[in-house]
Amino acid sequence: MPVLVRIPTPLRSITKGQSEVQAKGDTVEGLVDDLDRQFPGLRERLVDESGELRRFINVYVNEEDIRFLQSKKTALRDGDQVSIVPAIAGGR
Amino acid sequence: MEKLNGLRCRECGRRYPGAPVHVCEFCFGPLEVDYRYDALRGVVTRESIAAGPPSMWRYKDLLPVDGDVAVGHHVGFTPLIRAQNLADELGCKEIWIKNDSVCHPSWSFKDRVVSVAVTKAREFGFDTVACASTGNLANSVAAHAAEGRLKSFIFIPADLEQGKILATLVYSPTLVAVHGTYDEVNRLCSEIADKYHWAFVNVNFRPYYSEGSKTYGFEIVEQLGWRTPGHIVVPCAGGSLITKIWKAIKELKTLGLIEGPMATKMHAAQALGCGPIVTMIKNDTDVLVPVRPNTIAKSLAIGNPADGYYAYKTAKETGGGGEHTTDEEIIEGMLLLARTEGIFTETAGGVTVAATKKLVEAGVIPRHESIVVCITGNGLKTPDALYGRLDAHVKIKPSLSAFDRALADLKSQTA
Repeated sequence: MPVLVRIPTPLRSITKGQSEVQAKGDTVEGLVDDLDRQFPGLRERLVDESGELRRFINVYVNEEDIRFLQSKKTALRDGDQVSIVPAIAGGR
Repeated sequence: MEKLNGLRCRECGRRYPGAPVHVCEFCFGPLEVDYRYDALRGVVTRESIAAGPPSMWRYKDLLPVDGDVAVGHHVGFTPLIRAQNLADELGCKEIWIKNDSVCHPSWSFKDRVVSVAVTKAREFGFDTVACASTGNLANSVAAHAAEGRLKSFIFIPADLEQGKILATLVYSPTLVAVHGTYDEVNRLCSEIADKYHWAFVNVNFRPYYSEGSKTYGFEIVEQLGWRTPGHIVVPCAGGSLITKIWKAIKELKTLGLIEGPMATKMHAAQALGCGPIVTMIKNDTDVLVPVRPNTIAKSLAIGNPADGYYAYKTAKETGGGGEHTTDEEIIEGMLLLARTEGIFTETAGGVTVAATKKLVEAGVIPRHESIVVCITGNGLKTPDALYGRLDAHVKIKPSLSAFDRALADLKSQTA
């Protein structure tokens, strides 16, 4: 299931400067596994010791916050677009 | 005076040089301005502040501005009003209204954060400022960009109140109305900020921008005669203001400008239709569950607040609470403040007044303790909320006899 993943600036040192990468996974969880295979060290930046997404990271599948879907179990399809976005932004 | 150490991650403590960045590269935590309080102690005094201008810039030493103030020289130092009529109505002893509905120049507390952010944008050499906004920030960024001769891109949810759209367009920004909620606008802006080299006041300039909110807290304490109130009730959207008012009190304590213990309890006010922070406080959990907003308080309609976690921690740390308010209670809150104190606030202010009333009635705020109610925006921007509620008025022909009849009718109605 190749999907397009948008990488925010703070993680581009791991993705060799790429702002968009292709990755595979049936779910968001599986996608993180594949990202970590391609770019070792990415997983620990995205999830904490208990395997949960870090507090200050939001993940969107096709512009929808995955917390409104099935969180890390959210299913992915070919051609989906995933955005990883730092949570700290905004205010009225 | 060297007062700044650059930026520091609020979570992991990692240090960064002063730059337009807002997120820790390692843990994604928020970056905060790091002050050298040792250098400020004894230099910033009650007297030095009192000798400053009658604006938020009297606290410039406690703001992340190195050089001259670029825009918004007259922002802040708004009235703190003893609201005895409201206190009598609620059965309380001492209520104060910190009234930023009359903040110069765009009639909300957002002028405080924007004047700092735009000043920093000029310092860093940006020619374009931008923001994601529910309205008040849009007004303020557009106004200060005009003053600073900067280009501006303003992103708003397309369904915003007409008053707030007009009060942005008048300054000739590029206004982008996005078909989506504020949270969707905000997510889009995070991605745009990553791609375009602009000063997004509430994204990459957030560490500087958010510091401006401290001045609201500094003013409360100074205007109370360097006294801290028992309670402060704060409207919450992104959750930054409540954390920064508390930070302001802590800084004044650090600098030795207030005596005694810091006993102020910080309370969060939100709409029932968009209250994720108050839900955290009520459920006593630090995990934020985002919501899809459905409330007339559009300026507070942030379902995924960036500082939700810190707002929750502030309420908990200070022993404060939080309250949700229905749309009906919000309107009643607006009318209550107008009827008792002659202050016309926007829906967000209705939320704060209504939440204060509920916190008092529930006994969370004891009636004999001092309360500051934070009014942060102007009612003339959101008249839509009151259409259909206030149509009772007397219509007559221009004759004395017509008026005599109308007056007799009124008397018989109230008899």
